[in-house]
Amino acid sequence: MSDTTPAKKGQDFEHVLDKSDRSVASFETSQRNIIERLQSALHGNPTLVPVIVLAAAVAVFGLVAGGKFFSAFNLTLIMQQVSIIGILAAAQSLIILTAGIDLSVAAIMVLMAVIAGNLAVYNGVPAPIALIVAFVGGTVAGLINGFLVTKIKLPPFISTLGTWSIFFALNLWLSGAQSIRSQDIDANAPLLKFFGQTIEMGGARITYGSILMVLVFAVLWYMLNKTAWGRHVYAVGDDKEAAELAGIRTDRTLLSVYALSGFVCAIAAWASIGRVGSISPQAFYEGNLQSITAVVIGGISLFGGRGSILGALFGALIVGVFQSGLRLAGVDVLWQVFAIGWLIIIAVAIDQWIRKASA
Amino acid sequence: MKQLLTGSAIALALTASGAFAEDISACLVTKTDTNPFFVKMKEGASAQAEALGIKLNTYAGKLDGDVETQIAAVESCIAGGAKGILITPSDSRALAPVVTQAREAGVLVIALDTPFEPTDTADATFATDNFLAGELIGQWAAAKMGDTSKAKIALLDLNPSEVSVDYLRDNGFLQGFGVDIKDPKDIGDEDDPRIVGNDVTNGNEEGGRTAMENLLQKDSGVNVVYTINEPAAAGAYEALKSMGLESQALIVSVDGGCPGVQNVKDGVIGATSMQFPLLMASKGIEAIKAYADTGEKPMNSEGLDFFNTGVELVTDQPVEGIPSITSEEALGKCWG
Repeated sequence: MSDTTPAKKGQDFEHVLDKSDRSVASFETSQRNIIERLQSALHGNPTLVPVIVLAAAVAVFGLVAGGKFFSAFNLTLIMQQVSIIGILAAAQSLIILTAGIDLSVAAIMVLMAVIAGNLAVYNGVPAPIALIVAFVGGTVAGLINGFLVTKIKLPPFISTLGTWSIFFALNLWLSGAQSIRSQDIDANAPLLKFFGQTIEMGGARITYGSILMVLVFAVLWYMLNKTAWGRHVYAVGDDKEAAELAGIRTDRTLLSVYALSGFVCAIAAWASIGRVGSISPQAFYEGNLQSITAVVIGGISLFGGRGSILGALFGALIVGVFQSGLRLAGVDVLWQVFAIGWLIIIAVAIDQWIRKASA
Repeated sequence: MKQLLTGSAIALALTASGAFAEDISACLVTKTDTNPFFVKMKEGASAQAEALGIKLNTYAGKLDGDVETQIAAVESCIAGGAKGILITPSDSRALAPVVTQAREAGVLVIALDTPFEPTDTADATFATDNFLAGELIGQWAAAKMGDTSKAKIALLDLNPSEVSVDYLRDNGFLQGFGVDIKDPKDIGDEDDPRIVGNDVTNGNEEGGRTAMENLLQKDSGVNVVYTINEPAAAGAYEALKSMGLESQALIVSVDGGCPGVQNVKDGVIGATSMQFPLLMASKGIEAIKAYADTGEKPMNSEGLDFFNTGVELVTDQPVEGIPSITSEEALGKCWG
């Protein structure tokens, strides 16, 4: 209200303006400190965090666990061990990008593996046809989730919580809770184990399953980033109403996302038979949570519309690197679980912080 | 997530069957509905219950370690006025309070397969002597090797909770093999240099494979592999095979499921200790009937704190001094 400094030039009441900033209005660009710049860089490239964490983890475990960790053998083994959860994480990413969540991914996968195995090993159906049935089945399972979400208007969490149990029960019923033995698959339908084959180069042992995982991510990345459909997925995830007003048929987009996710789960089913060797109705019980872990650590926002699907690949690899590194360093299993828990919390905390970036 | 798991687990698990027709009712609470071992147990119990005119309700956790669902199941049994409960505890200690509650309500509680800790938490335990089951395959592996000084042992256990069946089999195997086991209730406290390491499998093929890979990673010269059950053994074999090492290692296991016995026949598993889930269940039902009729509680086997339902070594490569049956004979007795 009143300036307490005594006036020096008579009635010149505007003298205080001398103290004001004389620069022309401008955007703050160069003035921001390093942390803010980092925040903004991360906001622009959400995959940067997992890449940095992965590189740092590899470096640290390389130092701690030594040569055994860094061997081509071990690094390719990690790829092999994360391949199934990695592919499931790709399916999960699609759903999470639409601000949904899918608790049924692993259940769809195991059910499809059991269906393909039952048909091909016990019922004499040619393996390619059994696999086609599994792919169609996976897609239909995804469509059921999508239908519940878009038409019945159930939250994705609830829809997939329900279908998780339903698919799991069907799996037990079909399999009689019995594993299909590796030897029986070899004898009747070796094609089911296609992705278990390895390419050996020096100490490295790259399985077809690992390559498949990378391919799945590459194709989905292309679809999400270079096609109209992909941009619609992001738009729906970011703000469904705005997307609808912009003329996107949001329900149709969502349905296609769930169907594709189910299809990817069926791909994971095929790969899992090669990875495990046999078809076990009891394996991957926590696969849904592990896939969500990979996605979250990979910097994909649970609030939808933000993050790159490649992040999920890095997220899965980070989990694999941590487990392998801690194991080789002689750390007990429970501390591995402990470490993964912290990774999740820190990853989401970083995501929240990045979201506050100004630009 | 935990709540979420429980919620859906209860929804799935509490599918108890039937109406209250007969006077005597009993409950069977198994760890899961997924493991053929428990499926067989359920068959044995159902058949015997029908024969004796007992109304049987069955419950199961959704996965191994699902304590909450089992507690809810026991509570339902108490509320339903069951005369006896047969239970395979998912956690040997965590279920003690609710079991005590059941016994105070006058219900006969019999542990099947997995003993409680302490064992007298339940009125009786009908189980395989899991320590002996481990010891038999340990002795077999040692005899098969001859010179055990160059042994490199991989131990594929169940899960991080170290439940009784897990440490009994693991330590039994080591004792049979000739390793100083230190605390018989602790897994992994041994300091014998021949042990490459322990890892957990969750008792399925996927876990068995990953665990075997991890231990081969520590030392690719592993030549003796102990596994908690046959699915884990099948997974371990896949890992060895993928690295071309399947001929260097003896794989031993416990259970006696039909796919496992078939794997003994095919040379995947060297030897396995067979147990008899059907017998545990049918004996359990008989005991409940006797208790309902006369109030008499079952007795333990001599020298043991449980009723031993027997164990037999299955192998096609018998060794001197250890009685065993061939896989061919075992296929007629296997479960699942």
